[in-house]
Amino acid sequence: MKTDDLITALSRDAKRTGPSVQGRIAMAVALGIASAFALMMASLGMRPDVTAATRNMLFDLKIVLVATLAVAAVALVRAVARPEAALPKVVLLVPALILLFGIGHEVATQLPAALPGRLVGDKWAVCLVAIPLLGALPLAAILTAMSAAAPRDATLAGALSGLAAGAIAATFYGLHCTDDSPLFVATWYSLAIGMLAAAGAGIGRRVLAW
Amino acid sequence: MRAGLAGDEGAYRRLLRELTPFLRTLARSGLARAGRPTAEAEDIAQDVLIAIHTRRSSWIASEPLVPWIRAILKHKLIDFLRRRGTTGHIDTFAEVIAAPAEEPGIATRDVVKLAESLPSGQKAVIRAMFVDGHNTQETASALQMSEGAVRVSLHRGLAGLAKMLRGSI
Repeated sequence: MKTDDLITALSRDAKRTGPSVQGRIAMAVALGIASAFALMMASLGMRPDVTAATRNMLFDLKIVLVATLAVAAVALVRAVARPEAALPKVVLLVPALILLFGIGHEVATQLPAALPGRLVGDKWAVCLVAIPLLGALPLAAILTAMSAAAPRDATLAGALSGLAAGAIAATFYGLHCTDDSPLFVATWYSLAIGMLAAAGAGIGRRVLAW
Repeated sequence: MRAGLAGDEGAYRRLLRELTPFLRTLARSGLARAGRPTAEAEDIAQDVLIAIHTRRSSWIASEPLVPWIRAILKHKLIDFLRRRGTTGHIDTFAEVIAAPAEEPGIATRDVVKLAESLPSGQKAVIRAMFVDGHNTQETASALQMSEGAVRVSLHRGLAGLAKMLRGSI
């Protein structure tokens, strides 16, 4: 086929189809947030002491940690969608430093004998099931938005989509969950978010390659 | 590109035409660096044109276009070389020599032939638009489909072609 014929054929399809990839990602994130919140309220509900909990520093730290992780992951997703853009990896420093501070605070204020119990917490199994479930729809939405993107690395793009979906889900799950220890969050939240990132990587490798 | 994204067919065609020599040159220099015959540059240029088309909504209109085009080309070139088992190191296209003005512009494989293995609806749309030179409206009335359906088939067909191109090289 002559290149010029190809160009002529492609230009007949010049009319733009739908919003930009960045617009699609924004819509997917909004949809993911709405669905994770609605599903959390419908199934698990807020923890009963949520108003009192906001005066608990560890609860606030947990929510701020996963929320900043979500913001950072969305920034990375927006960048990974563009083939020419560098990844602003530095944004991950914010949640990382919050987590380090939390762990340091925990070790400094708790008796060493209490640490293993705080790490295991009450409901680690619920956490491992609920976060992936709450994040499934956000992940599907973000991957769908990414299908028109041009990521250099499809696996990485999928993994970051999973990270964003997981962090969004964890933020809302955090409002239900009564385990506030940073050790618990570092272990079980990370594992649950990691499951979504791994799922995203596996799906992304197959569907986001171009 | 901005006009093309807004649906201006003429501007979009001019842009793709003007880009093509640039794509050929970059493709040729990448191939030469990896020790591949530069005749394959046309295949890569066509791959890149299709990728530019199908991925054009990933370009941000307020950003410069050339870095985006280069990134698309680099991605396709690396993909091409990887599939051919060449582990050429492609980092920069710092120094490129201008391509000769006259190019035969014929790739070593035929995109239309590849389209034969697409599902029949997509194949009919690709054939109507690429071979018979119809626009979406004419294709729609010729195939008794809605314009929207033609567009959808075309996109699926192009996506399928892009996959096959990746498989065939």
